[in-house]
Amino acid sequence: MSTRQFGEKVQRREDPRLLTGNGRYLDDLGHDALAAAFVRSPHAHARVVDVDIDDAWEVDGVEAIYTWEDLTGRVAEPLPVLIPHPALTHARTGYCLAKDEVNHVGEAVVMVVARDRYVAEDAAQRIRVTYEHLPVVVGIEKARAGGELVHADVPDNVSAHLLQEVGDLEAAMADAPNRLTLDLAIERSACTPMEGKGVYAKWDLDEGSLRLYSSTQTTTGVRAAVAAKLGMPLAKVECVAPDVGGGFGVKIMHPWPEEVLVPWAARNLGRDVKWTEDRREHFVSSAHERGQLQEVTVGFDDEGHLLALDVRFWHDNGAYTPYGIIVPIITATQLLGPYKPGAYRVEFWSLYTNTVLVTPYRGAGRPQGCFAMERAMDAIAAHLHLDRAEVRSRNFIQPDEMPYDHGLMFQDGRPLKYDSGDFPASLAKLKALVGWDDFAAYREEAERGGRRVGLGIGCYVEGTGVGPYEGGHVHVETSGRVNVATGLTTQGQGHQTVLAQVVADELGVRLEDVHVTTGDTRRMPYAVGTFASRGAVMSGNAVALAARVVRTKALRIAADALEVSPDDLEIDDGVISVRGAPGTSIALSTVAVLSNPLRYAFDQSAAAATQFAGTFDPDKPPVADDEEPGLEGRDFYSPTQATFANGMHAAVVETDPVTAEIRILRYCVVHDCGVMINPMIVEGQVHGGVAQGVGGALYERMAYDESGQLLNASFMDFLVPYASEVPHVETDHLETPSPLNPLGLKGAGEAGTIPVSAVIASALEDAEGFPIRSMPISPSELWALRAQHASSAAPPDHVPAQEGPR
Amino acid sequence: MSADATTGGGTHGEPTAEVLHRIRLRVNGVQRTAQAPARRLLSDFLRHDLRLTGTHVGCEHGVCGACTVLVDGQPMRSCLMFAVTAQAHEITTIEGIGNDPEAMSPVQQAFAECHGLQCGFCTPGFVTTITAYLDGNPDPTPEDAREAISGNLCRCTGYQNIVAAVSRAAEIRRERRSPGVDGAPVDDSRVGP
Repeated sequence: MSTRQFGEKVQRREDPRLLTGNGRYLDDLGHDALAAAFVRSPHAHARVVDVDIDDAWEVDGVEAIYTWEDLTGRVAEPLPVLIPHPALTHARTGYCLAKDEVNHVGEAVVMVVARDRYVAEDAAQRIRVTYEHLPVVVGIEKARAGGELVHADVPDNVSAHLLQEVGDLEAAMADAPNRLTLDLAIERSACTPMEGKGVYAKWDLDEGSLRLYSSTQTTTGVRAAVAAKLGMPLAKVECVAPDVGGGFGVKIMHPWPEEVLVPWAARNLGRDVKWTEDRREHFVSSAHERGQLQEVTVGFDDEGHLLALDVRFWHDNGAYTPYGIIVPIITATQLLGPYKPGAYRVEFWSLYTNTVLVTPYRGAGRPQGCFAMERAMDAIAAHLHLDRAEVRSRNFIQPDEMPYDHGLMFQDGRPLKYDSGDFPASLAKLKALVGWDDFAAYREEAERGGRRVGLGIGCYVEGTGVGPYEGGHVHVETSGRVNVATGLTTQGQGHQTVLAQVVADELGVRLEDVHVTTGDTRRMPYAVGTFASRGAVMSGNAVALAARVVRTKALRIAADALEVSPDDLEIDDGVISVRGAPGTSIALSTVAVLSNPLRYAFDQSAAAATQFAGTFDPDKPPVADDEEPGLEGRDFYSPTQATFANGMHAAVVETDPVTAEIRILRYCVVHDCGVMINPMIVEGQVHGGVAQGVGGALYERMAYDESGQLLNASFMDFLVPYASEVPHVETDHLETPSPLNPLGLKGAGEAGTIPVSAVIASALEDAEGFPIRSMPISPSELWALRAQHASSAAPPDHVPAQEGPR
Repeated sequence: MSADATTGGGTHGEPTAEVLHRIRLRVNGVQRTAQAPARRLLSDFLRHDLRLTGTHVGCEHGVCGACTVLVDGQPMRSCLMFAVTAQAHEITTIEGIGNDPEAMSPVQQAFAECHGLQCGFCTPGFVTTITAYLDGNPDPTPEDAREAISGNLCRCTGYQNIVAAVSRAAEIRRERRSPGVDGAPVDDSRVGP
């Protein structure tokens, strides 16, 4: 009996290739392709008055130079609004190349195609663009003030305004014995995958067809967008994601201007063209996220039970809204976490600024929402002098209340209805893991040594695995090799391993015989993409369903061949045998031969199959009316709603009493993503998520000046944490299966990131004794806060004596 | 400088045509030659002229470490070095450390065992860095291991499993220790032109 693969810490199938220099990322392809480079706006808001390209043509090796004037057909039209919403009343998108106006530093104005990238950049440097400056809007306060406009025809810079309410907020708030209002802020950050974006277009002159490689999180989306923009039949466009060096959200946005322009130029020139984004381009022309101001009012009783929750927030959507208002909608809904809010009203304004556009970054609006909710929980606990974990516990949705419908509309337009979860059990695990009840003693001991420590906590619920669907295709070759295809793409999540684990078990074959392809429209033309922690839920279930189709067909063919009932058969290690009669068996590879009536004996399997090919009914066609040749099957998984994963984090931080340096001493995670296909990979996702969360809590921000220049557009200045900044993460898991899908899965990709800013703020607040209302926080900001609180009030009594003079 | 200089041809604007140099480089134990301008970065030369694409470029300003190769055994950022200036040195890329998925080096095997990579883009820079580190520090503590890798950026893993991989690689090196295996010269036959 072969080992069950599902649930095991299986080593990754993709690793030996990636570890030995045999990966193929976008820029590893197309060595002979022409290279594109872009002239990008150095100004945040300006009219493009003139573009002088004459000098650029003097550079040897230049093949083409394009401005907006040169664009043809739909390529010259504005980029699409990918996800419209009724509340998005003033959607605006840019052009592939700026037409008349630029709205952020980094917006593409001219495209140069040349022999290689060095030459293309030489030429780009010689292009002189004359701009006429316009007033610049940077920062949510300025956008909200509405005095200056990003888009002249968008009043008050508001792209969208949305209000959702459950219950009678005004009445509940008025009746609440206690009320608190918190003003909160979260800075901008960005995905910054180690590999930026990239596009490589192969134009086939003979066939008039296009093969497009893109470092994307959705090949089907890019394919459809490019076919539409270029006016090509879908059948003449294929899109492939090669190995992708990280995504984290920025690559689900599509089509990026370059994804349209590169294939368009390839068709124009009849040549292969490639563009590889450099790091500075990524900072100033790929999307950012986070960036909200929030006003949270809570009404609660004397035991800390929420009675009313009123949230207003202002979301910076950057210069354009091609991805709609997904991020603020998620903030508005996922803010609620594991709690029952009482009456709830949430209202947001999504605002234009002259900065890079904002689209989902790992967590996608949830870190902001979690921050708001968890700051409120800590504020309630402080107000009532209650234990912070206890206040949370009193507001939890209980296991016997599942499924729990919040009465709100989620990001997918479907009800925000939690499927399962055991929040009290998760909290109990977290308290045990971090030593919650022993912390007071630890703190006292630290204080005696002149050290200042704090304990923080944060809880979240994450809607994962949103629809509409993903597909799976499973094909058994006559060699016994099993090819699995699903259309969503991979950026390091280990899909080649986990999907193989699923299929190996469902089909009864060895893991090493299963080969998974993702993100290739040639193999699976119907797909959505990788985002919203949906890969395992959607494609895991899709390939399981497809494997079941193949299994059923295999058993039927084997039953015919062996003259037994399919019910008496089992498959193990790729061999179908009669239960209780192991001598009577047939290999799956042989069944693959039998499944196809045209079988020349090219291989051993075909030769072996001939013994079963003796008799047939001359009155029936070789392939029955409701049959297809081949041992293959396809199925789709399409859920009615998202699954809801959850988790709770706790951290112990130490702050230097003098310098305000912040160190995370311990970081503990309890995580529930339903059934785990591969716990090793889930753990890896959590580690990586926490690291990004730590970056967002303590180091990463987008430093725009008032003129819209991004002052830290490099890895030298935008501080992605190194190993020296990321704590060791201690994890524990709870597996509450989702009742919504065959495998009981929930998503895990974004989980680690979501609560980190909330947790670190909570811990710092605990250490310092004053509220933390804005993240990220640097030592100098903490130092300034200390000074502010020391001057405005008596210092907290547990501040050690060696505190600085202020 | 030993490079031969030739002028690249061109149809437009002769004055700006670039001088090409015949660059000879010893990479992974093999003498390699290609024509490139003096400004060609070592990273681009390895990747696009020699087509050794295992070396990745993550930032082009020397911060991320994805492009780290060994120059005379020492980790260096190939995006901060010109190919012409590398001619006097012995270059080892990820392909030189192990190009065969069936025969991985101790560090590569440790990464696979410890789930030390996700997207894999930064990984070659870590593998080259750690390989050189373990040559000089064969038995690091976890704290040492963390310090050793803290000049390279990874956006996926949170580093925890990379730290574990450093310790595991040290173990594998000891397990494999026998003459001609551990620390043996790179296998030239695996890195043909």
